[in-house]
Amino acid sequence: MITLAAALMPAHQQYLLEARQMQALSFAVHIPLVCFGIAFPAMVLFAEWMGLRTGDPVYRTVARRWSRIVLALFAVGVITGTILSFEMGLLWPNFTATFGSVFGLGFAIEGFSFFMEAIFIGIYAYGWDRLSPRLHFLSGIPIVITGFTGSLTVISVNAWMNHPGGFRLVGGKVVDVNPWSALFGNSMLWSELIHMYIAGYMVTGFTMAGVYAVCRLRGRWTRYERVAMTIPLTIGALAAPVQVLVGDWIARVIAIQQPIKLAAIEGLARTTRGASEHVLGWYTNGQIKFGIGIPHLLSLLSFHSWNAKVTGLDTVPPADRPPINVTRLSFQTMVGIGTLLAALGVVYLFVRIRRRSLPTWRWFYWALVVSGPAATVALIAGWVTAEVGRQPWVVYHVMTTAQSVTGAGGIPVGYAALVVTYLAVAGAVVWILRRLARAPLDLPGADAPPDSTMQAA
Amino acid sequence: MFLKALPLAFVLAGLVLYITLAGADFGAGMWRLLSGGGARGERIRDHAHHSMGPVWEANHVWLIFVITVAWTAYPTFVGSVASTLAVPFFIAALGIILRGASYALRSAASSSRESRMVDSAFAVGSLVTPFALGTMAGAIAAEQVPVGNAAGGLFSSWTGAVPILIGVLAVAFSAYLAAVYLAADAARHGDPEVEEAYRRRALGAGAAAGALAVAGLIVLHADAHSLYTELLHGAALVVLIVSLVAGAVALALVATRRFEPARYVAALAVACVVAGWAFARYPVLLPGLTVSQAAAPHDTLVAVVIAVLAGGAILFPSLALLFGLLLRGRLGEPGGAGADAEPAGGGTVAAVLGRAPASTPLQARLAVALLIVGVGFLNGADAAWAHVIGVFALFGFMVIGFAAIVPRALAEDT
Repeated sequence: MITLAAALMPAHQQYLLEARQMQALSFAVHIPLVCFGIAFPAMVLFAEWMGLRTGDPVYRTVARRWSRIVLALFAVGVITGTILSFEMGLLWPNFTATFGSVFGLGFAIEGFSFFMEAIFIGIYAYGWDRLSPRLHFLSGIPIVITGFTGSLTVISVNAWMNHPGGFRLVGGKVVDVNPWSALFGNSMLWSELIHMYIAGYMVTGFTMAGVYAVCRLRGRWTRYERVAMTIPLTIGALAAPVQVLVGDWIARVIAIQQPIKLAAIEGLARTTRGASEHVLGWYTNGQIKFGIGIPHLLSLLSFHSWNAKVTGLDTVPPADRPPINVTRLSFQTMVGIGTLLAALGVVYLFVRIRRRSLPTWRWFYWALVVSGPAATVALIAGWVTAEVGRQPWVVYHVMTTAQSVTGAGGIPVGYAALVVTYLAVAGAVVWILRRLARAPLDLPGADAPPDSTMQAA
Repeated sequence: MFLKALPLAFVLAGLVLYITLAGADFGAGMWRLLSGGGARGERIRDHAHHSMGPVWEANHVWLIFVITVAWTAYPTFVGSVASTLAVPFFIAALGIILRGASYALRSAASSSRESRMVDSAFAVGSLVTPFALGTMAGAIAAEQVPVGNAAGGLFSSWTGAVPILIGVLAVAFSAYLAAVYLAADAARHGDPEVEEAYRRRALGAGAAAGALAVAGLIVLHADAHSLYTELLHGAALVVLIVSLVAGAVALALVATRRFEPARYVAALAVACVVAGWAFARYPVLLPGLTVSQAAAPHDTLVAVVIAVLAGGAILFPSLALLFGLLLRGRLGEPGGAGADAEPAGGGTVAAVLGRAPASTPLQARLAVALLIVGVGFLNGADAAWAHVIGVFALFGFMVIGFAAIVPRALAEDT
């Protein structure tokens, strides 16, 4: 066999930053939809199951209406996901050409998972009228499972990029490839997967709770809205505090596997024993300005030891450091919002258990309205931390992003076209969801909402 | 060698399924533009929309399958193609976005003016995507894609006669397949007017596709002579003849209103065109790159084959279920239509209250205990096994906590 030495050479790309932003944009558009794919089907199924168990038609109505949202968001998610798969080749051909044989398997399995999800969402969403209730409920279960397997396989690729293994690189070509151990035998996979999976439930839970909080603030508060709020709100409220604990876990994994990412997150210029944690502030000239320093906390959190040594940015040349303030700010955004959401969740759980009712304070419902978008911001900020914090590497310490980028021209044109298209899609999604929300409640005996005269398809 | 070529067989099979299944969806989108005005035009459009509803997402996923298997098994090939053919690839991407978004919009559009607008956007997306993907296939076939990172011409690689012709052929073929499928659907639903409308469209588009395919051979003779001679030899020639015969038979079947077999014969014609390319070119993928040079290392190929076979074992029964339910008319409107019928064992709110679960201190205590265990093992300990216990305990906390709170809360909030 003739070996093909480094068939794809790194190319000079004037618009590397634009290419990275294009990828980031596509990702930021896709990932909130992923959350709904992960978490929403389980909520729909729970509502349907309550309906089957109690015979109360309100649950069935909730589940039916939600299943239309699942379908609409999945349809949009299919296309944004396709764009991401295109961009792997369009923007980073050298990455795909060099390492496709190592990481590609994860996406190939994801393809099947996606397939099953598409099939059963089709059956579930279109099968309400003519399948038996039991069969219909069962047809929803594969959607929940594929939501998990899909995230497992995609995260396995991202975890591999952050902590590559399962191959050797000889003369620009990968040899001794073991894709199974590369993807699924990776010590970074599990913490990242659990973190994302719970984030999916938080984003979906708080977003849906926020929708019904708007109803309540507008004075539309029937049993339908109460049921439709309680299910996602309780899920978000339970998931948010757990996410804080999982976040601590993933941070300790990062401390060991990607010390420079941690140093960028914390703005730690020099390797330090008993390092302080800085809250807020701005990194400049090797230190944090205007931040609140808490002595020893970083060492304590990262290594559970008062005087543990934390690696600083000075251990690598400046060219090998990620953009520090972007990484740091996005990390602090994620942690800040996550903490507030956890507090909101605890308040809800406390009131729910103690007073056996929903909170009555108006501010609580305003907080819920904000919580959905806030959770989405935290989600994206978390991914910015992970991905920008990995720079300048696309495959950590193996291949840089600059080496992987395409040599094709016209990136700014493509970037502009994509921005315009996504703005249009965003407008379309808002329009669809408003239409779905205004469709009349098909609930025998329930109070019709005031603006239910609008006839939708 | 067999192992190195096997994933290519999967890729080509996926490609045939994508062309025949999603191609028909693209065609259904195009026909909305040419449906004419008035109530009849609207019925023709609505028929196109409803027939594809439950299946189009699943059909689209074949493209994802093709791409992911290709980049795992033949990474250099995908890297070279995607970078040189960035422009048509990106146009296809935009077309897919436009199409998917307008598909989702269509179900929410209420007035006929709104749905007309959405249909136009949908039709543009449906037209652009197969054309762009077709030019990519044409550019690969005409040896316009060299190995390397954007080594070929950004525009010249796909704007030659062969790529453009294949692009147009892809459009014509999609329109043809869609018309055949839609005529079959209309016949099954007993709507002779719509059936006849699509039968005429099928005949027109089929004749156009056939003419383009013959014209294609002439263009190949002039522009890509090596492919032309390879196509007219050995196995490639055999499948090409089968393809021509199948295309003619499919048209005859449509003319005599036997739509159901026409679908499969038309699909066979496409499969033969793809196979013809494969036989003509094998083992060369791109100029200077053979299948065995492009193939991933042995363990990856084994992994891909295992994944595809195992995935297929789950996938095909599920697909059969979906299409079976669709063809037996068991799939209706998304989310169900009209007022909610009482489900089996119907009850009232009062009945729910009567059945409200008693307070469950045991569940609550268990949830708190699991939370403490979770914090201890996940956040206190450093060993991997402890983290596993911690994660399971925290998931247990969330699930049991949910079970302890929600059913009671739902019953109380009446």
